[in-house]
Amino acid sequence: MYVAVKGGERAIENAHRLLAHKRRGDQSVAEVTLDQISEQLGLAVDRVMSEGSLYDRELAALAIKQARGDLIEAIFLVRAFRATLPRFGTSEPVDTGAMRVQRRVSATFKDIPGGQILGPTFDYTHRLLDPSLAEGFVPDAPATADAATAPTPRVTDILGRDGLIESSPQAEEGASVGDLTREPLNFPADRDLRLQNLARGDEGFLLAMGYSTQRGYGRNHPFVGEIRFGEVEVEFAAEDVGFAVPLGAIELTECQMVNQFKGSATEAPCFTRGYGLAFGQSERKTMSMALVDRALRARELGEEALAPAQDEEFVMSHSDNVQATGFVEHLKLPHYVDFQSELGLLRKLRQEFSKAFADAQAPDAMKEAAE
Amino acid sequence: MTTIAELPPGFADKVLSAQSTFRSVMDAMARPGSVQRIVPMAGTAGPMMRGTAAIALTLFDHDTPLWLDAGMSESADVLKWLKFHTGAPVVQDSSIAAFALIGDGAALPSLERFALGTNEYPDRSTTLIVQVDSLDAGRSFELRGPGINGVATLQASIKPLDLFERLRMNEALFPRGIDVVLVADDAVVAIPRTTRVVNKGS
Amino acid sequence: MNAPAYNFAYLDEQTKRMIRRAILKAIAIPGYQVPFASREMPMPYGWGTGGVQVTAAILGPADVLKVIDQGSDDTTNAISIRKFFAKTAGVATTTATDEATVIQTRHRIPETALHANQVLVYQVPIPEPLRFLEPRETETRRMHALAEYGLMHVKLYEDIARFGHIATAYAYPVKVNARYVMDPSPTPKFDNPKMDNSPALQLFGAGREKRIYAIPPYTKVVSLDFEDHPFEPYRFNAPCALCGAENSYLDEIVTDDKGSRMFVCSDTDYCEGRQAAGHHGSLSAAPYKEKAPSHG
Repeated sequence: MYVAVKGGERAIENAHRLLAHKRRGDQSVAEVTLDQISEQLGLAVDRVMSEGSLYDRELAALAIKQARGDLIEAIFLVRAFRATLPRFGTSEPVDTGAMRVQRRVSATFKDIPGGQILGPTFDYTHRLLDPSLAEGFVPDAPATADAATAPTPRVTDILGRDGLIESSPQAEEGASVGDLTREPLNFPADRDLRLQNLARGDEGFLLAMGYSTQRGYGRNHPFVGEIRFGEVEVEFAAEDVGFAVPLGAIELTECQMVNQFKGSATEAPCFTRGYGLAFGQSERKTMSMALVDRALRARELGEEALAPAQDEEFVMSHSDNVQATGFVEHLKLPHYVDFQSELGLLRKLRQEFSKAFADAQAPDAMKEAAE
Repeated sequence: MTTIAELPPGFADKVLSAQSTFRSVMDAMARPGSVQRIVPMAGTAGPMMRGTAAIALTLFDHDTPLWLDAGMSESADVLKWLKFHTGAPVVQDSSIAAFALIGDGAALPSLERFALGTNEYPDRSTTLIVQVDSLDAGRSFELRGPGINGVATLQASIKPLDLFERLRMNEALFPRGIDVVLVADDAVVAIPRTTRVVNKGS
Repeated sequence: MNAPAYNFAYLDEQTKRMIRRAILKAIAIPGYQVPFASREMPMPYGWGTGGVQVTAAILGPADVLKVIDQGSDDTTNAISIRKFFAKTAGVATTTATDEATVIQTRHRIPETALHANQVLVYQVPIPEPLRFLEPRETETRRMHALAEYGLMHVKLYEDIARFGHIATAYAYPVKVNARYVMDPSPTPKFDNPKMDNSPALQLFGAGREKRIYAIPPYTKVVSLDFEDHPFEPYRFNAPCALCGAENSYLDEIVTDDKGSRMFVCSDTDYCEGRQAAGHHGSLSAAPYKEKAPSHG
């Protein structure tokens, strides 16, 4: 006798217990701490903060631990928590020109005011696995020098002074900043919403999209005007106080791409911009973001938009890894009912096909018999 | 002058009162012509009825531009109460309002002056909240449309007297249009844009 | 660390207001997909976040909640969602269709006829019925605005030309109140007639795609078809093996690897109710044999 499947509740509880066990792993091995994750897997924390769009190293580290190192799962945890936080307002725009720079490179000028600063980067490491890191590694003390006092103006500001690059569009005084987590997104979307979407977007997706523009699918001749990484102050203008109150400092990476020029009969030719910004040190992300931002400006710059990276609906609808992973993975949920419906239809069609096939054969057979 | 401390209060239990009020409004919208009661009570200000105040606390916030008719906007207490309890921005231009509060239906402006939505986004329309004298006595009306099992009847005393004739424009405009919530004290009746109303006399 | 503290039914009040406003518009414009600022929920997109947000926005302490997935109260995702609301809203839950005031569902409409004091909340993966014909939101929005649904009819007609039938077995498109073409979510077309003129309010939530839509009670819902190819709900040849029901939607249970199958109600509450009332099926069904195509 058949008995319908029951006991899903216990199955879920047991699955969660087993998951917790697997997460901890071999208990004779020391448990990883949030400090260890935050300090030693800092770039993972940066990515989770960026794509989770919540600047909180400790929560991001917790999410990474809880997610067993699955960064998209960690981003999801942070997002779900963020969605419940009360919203007090919008910060003042951060001034990346006043960044306390730890790293800064320009590919467009050999030397720039404030200098090129290589900083902490994998760029010129030889990618040889280093056995000394396996255990007990104590790094040499970092090299030091007197703090530079020279300002480090943004390369795009230097180009802008001579009108060689389009001016960065300024928001209207008092205009509200779009927020796609609070209002439904409609197309066409303005650049503030596009940039927000890209800032939250999956690094891998943006990397592939940015790469595709370099290979000719919406080429836009990029030069890295500048990448800078360091600390900036965040300020909040509270209505009751009357002035901007400092909230603290956050680490940001900014990439400004200088792209192929535009111009017309009435407008002198000048370079165009692509912009990327992310929490922490996230160079691959900000560079990819800048390439895609520039590609998505095709419409506004009067370019033909034929490539995937230039297609705003395509890019914005598929960039979010929390959405994407949810929908791809939902395929493992039961679909018995709709599958049964398809199965029934398919059987009916097959039956009709074999009947029609048989009927088509039959007259021939009769004809042969008659001859 | 009323200070904030003297303002009539909002809901005693914000979460559950808003939920209960919403269900009354949702049921009203889903079953046009049916009279729904609003149970939880909040303070009210000026000419605002109890039901209107509860609806305001349930549906209005920073994201809902609000248009007030003369009777409402002339009351400093109404303005202060709405600002403090809902934060909804009061606008002069009725064509961008998400909600309009009509205290005196006799002075209801032409419906074309409110947002009617677009064919692409018919939801971007103004919802009128109109205070009326009675939703259980007065002239009889017959209602037809989605949400109604055949015909619904409504007895109501409503101003403007020709409100339902004026709402007939919804038929030609659809999917654009105006949705109306009628309030009489704690009673609520909704007339969404799909409802056709016929006057059966008194 | 910011220790998380969550509101009644999880969502914050501002979010509930936003969703509630969208629900009112959805009811006022039957079948029109109202955009809403869907929130990130503590469960994955595609797993019912739209339905969960709608349920969270309407649910109150007086409600009795039923959650089904594939018609069953016992599938893991149904259990998970039911537990979520029992925990965050403390509401009573039930598996009995007629006791519930709010029913959240994925892929089925209960067999037991709904009544006027009930709200049926559907989880919707892709709310746009035209999406697979035209992937662009800007285009489909224009088509809805103009009620330009020729593309859908062409697609259905191509099915007929190719297969002799409309080859859509689930998520079968309907027209609501003679205006909007609407996706009923991936329910089998067997369930489509239940949407028509239902006494219950039907709400649809698509979280990832950020849309809410509705069918008010007593509203005309017509499955798209052609005069010479009228809509026919899928019919099973066998009754339910457990309760003998002749008119319910059935799950196919594969009982061995030799072609044996049995068919039982997908609506577990309905099936158990019938069995408790003394109805019985054969308990096992004859092996299903697909007719082999007679290729000479």
